[in-house]
Amino acid sequence: MKLPPFDYEAPETTAEAIELLAEHDDDASVLAGGQSLIPLLALRLARPAVLIDVNGIGELSGVSASDGQVTIGAVTREYVAEESQTVAESLPLLAAALPFIGHEAIRSRGTIGGSLAHGDPAAELPAVARALDAEFVLRSRAGERLVSAADWFEGYLTTARRPDELLVEVRFPAAGKGTGTSFLEVARRHGDFAIVALATSLTLADGTISDARLAFAGMSDVPVRATEAESLLVGERPSAELFAEAARRATADIDPPSDLHGSAEYRRKVAAALVRRGLRAAADNAIEGQ
Amino acid sequence: MTVDISLTVNGETRTGSPEARKTLADFLRDDLDLTGTHVGCEHGVCGACTVIIDGRPVRSCLMLAIQAAGSEVTTIEGLATDGGLNPLQQAMWDSHSFQCGFCTPGFVMQATAFLRDHPDGDEQQLREALSGNICRCTGYQSIIDGVLLAAERNRER
Repeated sequence: MKLPPFDYEAPETTAEAIELLAEHDDDASVLAGGQSLIPLLALRLARPAVLIDVNGIGELSGVSASDGQVTIGAVTREYVAEESQTVAESLPLLAAALPFIGHEAIRSRGTIGGSLAHGDPAAELPAVARALDAEFVLRSRAGERLVSAADWFEGYLTTARRPDELLVEVRFPAAGKGTGTSFLEVARRHGDFAIVALATSLTLADGTISDARLAFAGMSDVPVRATEAESLLVGERPSAELFAEAARRATADIDPPSDLHGSAEYRRKVAAALVRRGLRAAADNAIEGQ
Repeated sequence: MTVDISLTVNGETRTGSPEARKTLADFLRDDLDLTGTHVGCEHGVCGACTVIIDGRPVRSCLMLAIQAAGSEVTTIEGLATDGGLNPLQQAMWDSHSFQCGFCTPGFVMQATAFLRDHPDGDEQQLREALSGNICRCTGYQSIIDGVLLAAERNRER
């Protein structure tokens, strides 16, 4: 499977990339790490006339922290985030999820923004972004636009990004005091896409849950939050009974896909088990960190 | 469209004018005659085309050749010294790590990166590091044995 022909542009600045996107609009695809786009090209599932390679735009890479927020440039490679001290300290949920992405060689090239803009519902980063209510920063000729994670994922491999917009950075709220997190995944083989994965974040104040986030990968055509279970948890004290009830609520109204990796029923059972384990692990982490 | 590029491959400066759509794997094989890098699935699943670029293991079928301009690339041909096997290759030879040999270059390159970053890595870490490479002959155990033997010999030296 050889790639179909395309024209190739390698802008060196964000401004140049935006001009190219404005010019080519729907005919162009943005090439970041290429770990999803190149296979799509090889399989002829994508046929862009022009590839706009953003790997040479230095200003789109990097991790920085300020005012309780961690900003990750869209072209920051996954292994760079994995090795980042800032990510380890301020975004423990992201740090826990990164090793699950593909394999080491994939993370050498794959980028944070690339995975989020690709929007695979079984991928790890979309679930993390949903759990943490990340903010997506888009730039186009018209200026800058912010999109919340709740609005970013519109459907299978479909995001709120318009063809003329470039995802330039993603902003995550840093984990505060009393917050514990956990990332769990069930896959046939390490590095495969998740059959089900769960990103969990719990915040405890005086032994009571003040904030709870549960976001699934692999359970729908977008990463989904278990909002009913989250509201059940807030105001309660952590217990096995509470977590079991949260697992029932989280999986009661969800309609997961069936495929050769697992039936809908199997996914629902796995999801419930992950909620129980994820909440326990996140609560333990939160208590240790207090 | 074609693009003129210059890169370092196994310590030598190499140039070429690949088509934009040519993958690095095909460029290494077709344009530079470095056919040790194998092309299996051609969409990033099997790991046979793994090479080391600027110190990191990378799937050369998931990268355009023109994106490697200015990079330092090490392929399987760059490992042997003085026509002999290097210590990792020797340990894998001694452990009967391979049967048909198709996946071999990818495994050896991935294991090279692993041993450099984790000289004291344990078997579980090694299995995770090699999880992106597919072998259809061995059942993997002999490959794991070979890399662990190389690690052991490296520590003894």
